Formats: sequence, structure tokens, C-alpha cells
Amino acid sequence: MKPAPFVYHDPRSLHEAAGMLASLENARVLAGGQSLMPMMNFRYVMPDHLIDLNKVGELAYLRFDAAALHIGAMTRQRELEFSAEIGTRCPLLHEALAHVGHRQTRNRGTIGGSLCHLDPSAELVNVTALLGGTLHAASQHGTRDIPFAEFAAAYMTTSLEADELLAGITLPLPDRRHGYAFVEFARRHGDFAIVACSALLGLDRNGDITQAALALSGLGPAPVRPALVERALIGQKPAGAAFKAAAAEAAKLEATADAYVTAAYRQHLARVLTFRALEQAARRAMEKTDG
Amino acid sequence: MADTRAIAVTVNGKVHRREVETRMTLADFLRHELELTGTHVGCEHGVCGACTVLIGGASARACLLLAVQCDGESITTVEGLAAGEQLNALQQAFQDNHGLQCGFCTPGMLITLTEFLRDHPDPSETEVREVLSGNLCRCTGYQPIVAAALDAAKRIREGA
Repeated sequence: MKPAPFVYHDPRSLHEAAGMLASLENARVLAGGQSLMPMMNFRYVMPDHLIDLNKVGELAYLRFDAAALHIGAMTRQRELEFSAEIGTRCPLLHEALAHVGHRQTRNRGTIGGSLCHLDPSAELVNVTALLGGTLHAASQHGTRDIPFAEFAAAYMTTSLEADELLAGITLPLPDRRHGYAFVEFARRHGDFAIVACSALLGLDRNGDITQAALALSGLGPAPVRPALVERALIGQKPAGAAFKAAAAEAAKLEATADAYVTAAYRQHLARVLTFRALEQAARRAMEKTDG
Repeated sequence: MADTRAIAVTVNGKVHRREVETRMTLADFLRHELELTGTHVGCEHGVCGACTVLIGGASARACLLLAVQCDGESITTVEGLAAGEQLNALQQAFQDNHGLQCGFCTPGMLITLTEFLRDHPDPSETEVREVLSGNLCRCTGYQPIVAAALDAAKRIREGA
């Protein structure tokens, strides 16, 4: 038996789950289990109470409106991967999902679990940063919206309160004329990326950049949106020179080192991947402008 | 006092009822309670893929699920693939292409490919390699496994 003993709870509603989270000592919330279960098997995490959300049907949903995509925290990555509507309206998310773990883990893994685990290079966290998503936290006392910029409190730590759980997320959709890209570098397919970079570019009729967004993961504890780099792209032609300058700036972002990868190598990847992401996004934006 | 629950799980078409400790993983449940030792346990943290089983037709790591979560579910393990002594087309393709050496990873490989070939009857080699990225093999170098998968796809398409 790998995990340490706990008492198992399987609430059927968000209200019931929030009540348990507020009243039980040392409780953890279980979503798809693709991160928490390994940690429990290693006994890094030893909750006294495990609150399993897999039977809370109201937390699994996928809805579009004109401007945004609304996803329930317990929606499985598999549902997102196979959603044809995401393919048309938010292809960036599909491109990112192809890098998330493996088919067997995406079959169980949820978007909410990934966001709350908050691995520094998780793809779904990166996309949420790029799109400027809003997270919906729920507790016994009601719900609270948290902009992504305020969601990451520290390394693998969210700003959710102890009695709050993530109920869902809203991702604003970029208008259809945007070009997008998600690129990453990992040692093996399906591993967490060393560095990942996503980009959105919007062009005007003259082909000049009117909107630019970049999100880089793997440099620090949470994805970075380099505002100065984004701003410097506005008004430029979507071509090599501007992208080279942006990539050079991205390589100056602060990066952390660990036992395997130096900070300098992460910065090198930031430069290379920023250039590739911008090039790819520009190519797609131009296809749409031409067509 | 251990926290236990009564569960009923359908495995390879047969219903099993047990009282289990809630912290028992599905992999341990299959092996220790049901004595279905075809499902192998490698890393026990979701990396190696040896314990892959189908739950409601979708592949998942049995080491990352609790048995209690599978109450009422229908599970397929490697024991559910052959008809008696008769290997199915995928298993036969593994034997014919030398898709295994020590055999430790094979149950997970077969289950992953069972789901994959059901959904993608005519895959490219790249697609096969991509889906197998979640299953580790330390013997074969993957070459004969990929060959077996492509051969199996062909045999299944031709109605083997």
C-alpha cells in the first residue's frame, strides 16, 4: 500500500465538497490524480482526508460564448483535446495540449488539477497566462474571481485560501485574425518542458503588428508575460529583425537553475523559442490576413 | 482504524465485490485482491506505463487510481485480451515481430495500443511512436514494438 492512510470522501456537489474542505483538518482535494497521486505514493503528501472531486458532475463542463471559453475544473484534458470546437475557436489550446503528458495521463488529468498543481512549465498554466484567464475559486462562503496574474503565489503554490477550491476557469478568446503558436523544448516527448513559449500576434491591414502577447514558462516559478517585449513589437513589421530583438530581450529575463539545467541554458532556450513562436504566430496571422 | 469501503468492479466482464482499504491503488487491487498479476507495477508514480489498464474504454495508469474510485466501473486488463489460449491480433503481432523481450512493459504496451488502434485503425509510424511515449521499454529499443503495432493495425484492418 503506497499512500499513507487517509479517510476518503467523495462528495456529489460543489457545496458538499466546499463544506468538507472547510471542516476537515489536513484535507487535500483530488482531481485527476496525475500529480497528487504520485506525490501520495511517494509520501511527499500525507493528507488525513482526501476529498475526491471525480463525482462532482457540475465541475465538468465546456462552454463557449462570443468572447470566451469557460471550462470546469474537473474537465479532463482528453475532453479538451478531442473538442472540435476548441480546434476551431482556440487552436492554441490544442497545440499546447499535444505536449501535456501522455494519452493515458490526459485521459484522467484535468485542467483544474494542472492549474492548482502549478508546475512551473505546465502547458495549461502557460496558456492561461497568455490568454489572461480568470480563475473561479469556490468556498462555503461563495465564489471569487482571481485573475491569473494573481493566482501564482510562489513556486507550486496558488493564492487559493485553505478553504477554497478551483471550480472553473474563463479563457478570453483572441479574435480569429490572431496568429498563435505554442512551442517548447523537453528532453523526451511528454516530459515537462525545460522552457515553453506561446505567442499571439494580431496584424492590421498594412501587415503591422497591432497586438502581441508572449508567455514564457520554465524560467521561474510561474509563466512570465514580458510586457516590455510585447510592447516593443507593436507597430513593427512581423519579420526577422523585430523577432530577433524580441528574442534577445527574452533571453535577458531572470531564470533559475536546478540540478539539471543552468540558468544560462534556460535563457538560451527562451531566446530560441521566443523567435520560433513569433515566427510561427506571424505566419499564421499572415495566412488569415491574406485569406 | 483503517478506512474501508465495499466496492463492485467489473474486470474483463466479471463483477468482483470486495471490501477494500480506501488507500489501495487500482494496480494493487487487481494484483493482490483479484490475483490478476498480468498488470505489472513498475514505478508506481505514473511514469513507466506498465500498469496501464482501460477504464470505461479509456487508458489510464492503475497506480494513479484508487480502487475505491473504480466502484461501478468496467475495467479491461491484459488478461481480457486473448480468447482463452488464442492470442488476439495485436498479441500475435507482438509475438511475430519480437515486440517483447523480458515482457515487463508488454501488458501496458498492449493496453495502450488496444485503445489507440480502436480509435486510429490506420496510424502513421509517428503517431504510434507518439502514443507509445507514455510506455517505457528497457529491452527492445522500441523498434520491434512499433513494427508490431503497425503490423497489428494492418491485420485488424484486414479482418484478422
